Amino acid sequence: MSALAPLPVVIPLSAAAILSALNKFLSRRWADALAILATIATGLICGELLLQARTQPVIHWFGGWTPRAGVALGISFVIDPMGAGAAVFTSLLVLAALVFSLHYFQTVGTLFHVLMLGFLGAMCGFTLTGDLFNLFVFFELMSASAFALCGYKVEEPESMQGALNFAITNTVGAFLVLSGIGLLYGRTGALNMAQIGRTLGGNLDGLVITAFVFIMAGFFIKAAVIPFHFWLADAHAVAPTPVCVLFSGIMVELGIYAVLRVYWTIFDGPFAAHRWEIRGLLLALGSITAVVGAVMCFGQRHIKRLLAFSTISHVGLLTIGFGLLKASALAGVALYVVGHGMVKAALFLVAGLLLHRFSSVDELELHGRARELRATSVVFFAAALGLASMPGFATFRGESAMIDAAGEIGQGWVRAIFFFSGLLTAAAVLRVWGRVFRGMGKGEGAETAGDKKIKEDRETSQPSHGIPAAMFLPAAVLVLLAIATGLTPGLKRAARTAATVMQDRAGYQARVLEHAWVPVTPAEEEHTPMGKGVVWSLATTAAALGLAFLSLSRYWPAKHALVRPVALTVRGLRSIHSGHIGDYVAFLTFGVAAFGVVLAALVHLH
Amino acid sequence: MSFFPYVVAVWLFVIGLYGIVTSRNFVHLVICLAVLQSSTYVLLLSIGYRVGGTAPVFAGVRVGTPAVDPVVQALMLTDIVVEATVVALLLALALQLQKHTNTLDPDKLKALEG
Repeated sequence: MSALAPLPVVIPLSAAAILSALNKFLSRRWADALAILATIATGLICGELLLQARTQPVIHWFGGWTPRAGVALGISFVIDPMGAGAAVFTSLLVLAALVFSLHYFQTVGTLFHVLMLGFLGAMCGFTLTGDLFNLFVFFELMSASAFALCGYKVEEPESMQGALNFAITNTVGAFLVLSGIGLLYGRTGALNMAQIGRTLGGNLDGLVITAFVFIMAGFFIKAAVIPFHFWLADAHAVAPTPVCVLFSGIMVELGIYAVLRVYWTIFDGPFAAHRWEIRGLLLALGSITAVVGAVMCFGQRHIKRLLAFSTISHVGLLTIGFGLLKASALAGVALYVVGHGMVKAALFLVAGLLLHRFSSVDELELHGRARELRATSVVFFAAALGLASMPGFATFRGESAMIDAAGEIGQGWVRAIFFFSGLLTAAAVLRVWGRVFRGMGKGEGAETAGDKKIKEDRETSQPSHGIPAAMFLPAAVLVLLAIATGLTPGLKRAARTAATVMQDRAGYQARVLEHAWVPVTPAEEEHTPMGKGVVWSLATTAAALGLAFLSLSRYWPAKHALVRPVALTVRGLRSIHSGHIGDYVAFLTFGVAAFGVVLAALVHLH
Repeated sequence: MSFFPYVVAVWLFVIGLYGIVTSRNFVHLVICLAVLQSSTYVLLLSIGYRVGGTAPVFAGVRVGTPAVDPVVQALMLTDIVVEATVVALLLALALQLQKHTNTLDPDKLKALEG
């Protein structure tokens, strides 16, 4: 029991309530100060909870409704290292976004801060809760804040379209999750995840499979796994840049977090005999997502949309990491989320900076215009290398942990997917860097006849000639942190310990339902030779650089007969992303049905 | 307990999805989403139903009297609150769309392709 446990939700929500009550009286600076202070306080408390949870997960029963005889009626927070770590990371990104937006939205009072704090509180609650329905409520709170933040620029029609697509697909997802929760409650009479897991035990039947498919698909919509991903690019293209930082940096990853949490507390028991099928399904989903996302990413010229597709590709890699169903791979997922979140946030912040300075996020229109922004150029370049998982970045650590885990169970082929995804996404970002910051290649109108011009309104009030420190520093600090977390010794071991705790279903149940003291066994020091991984990762980086320069040079074979099939495939893929909500929901429905049928067939055959 | 309520729940879910996929008007589409949502109400309530059960009010009732499950009713109420928020937000977005583009038809919006 810890008195601190509810605070990561209470502090942001109270601050949001105060800010919205004092909307008329508070000046903008005070609102900034209050929001940033509340975020820092939340982050520090989550950090303290993380320290406490390292030896024993912190369990808090609201109102003192502790379980009797293994029956949990109350609602609990079960704070294990993985959840607390996610909450700390969330606070860090919200802080970066708030600092960046000090120069944003001068005219609109404090509503932006209120929504950001609501978003923060919901995400913290989402990572800390031990109750399935509570998870759904925080999911919806998080979604509602996200929808409003996404459609913040109400005067832009694209913005409304993107926000509507985002809100409708994600709300359908929430109903899928809720239906799944209802089915599980009908079977087990419980909402506490530990109790559901214990009551289900190893029983698998049609109802459990249906509940599994609904809950997984619902959270996969949030995680933007193909074919549930369509909303993501639209939402990122229209959302204000600081909001994109949170969408790509943590919200999407929380979809994966929820899937992991639910799988390891509830469904690992029933599917214990069918791990092979689950693994195959997740690896297939992840691979398709990683490949298609990477291809779509390379084909974009709208920088925010490009980064959004890169996020989809990397979520595919995380799904692969989950699908390996091993503690070491799960540790890799955690490290990768941190590394990717930081570099992706930095990239979005630089995109926001470009928008602030030049009123555009169109790669071709910005051709050569950012030459004088030398420091920003360095940050963008470094972040692009982080995206390619260059050794030294946290992404590299995460990626090599996942690939090593795959190799141990004879799935070494996933290395090819990691290579492909890293190559194309990093090459796309490096191409943007070369064109925008170095003036390489061609600019507007050279090769894109028929491609429509991108219109994006400024997000800041006055035109600007310098780069404010508040806009530049968060990006620079995030890239440095991505390198620091990539080099800190012992972090990988800590992640492995956290992963083992998350996967320990019996320990989780004993801690939650019997108040048992189940000590956390720290993962042993591992001595994996780094050689092969480093070589591969350097090769990915070098290949990405090569591809980026090739695509900027006049030797780029855009019209060559050999690349025509590729170009046609890409055009076909792009035409599927129609921006039409009906199409998106149709794909989503098809995805849920296909997921369910394939899983049921596999389980039945086995 | 008959399976009829579950059939209704599935029907509402499917017809709501069909409405969303084929809708030509965002206001209509948001209402279809609300129809889809009502399938979760029916599902939750039928899960908690007990044959011959009374309302879950336990004052002045003999111990052991069957009652329907109050937990799912609480879930459903939360669900309604959540839904009211989301529908209000979506309608506000649709209103802004109408104001700035003079259309509510998803087919006419072409800004976010590829």
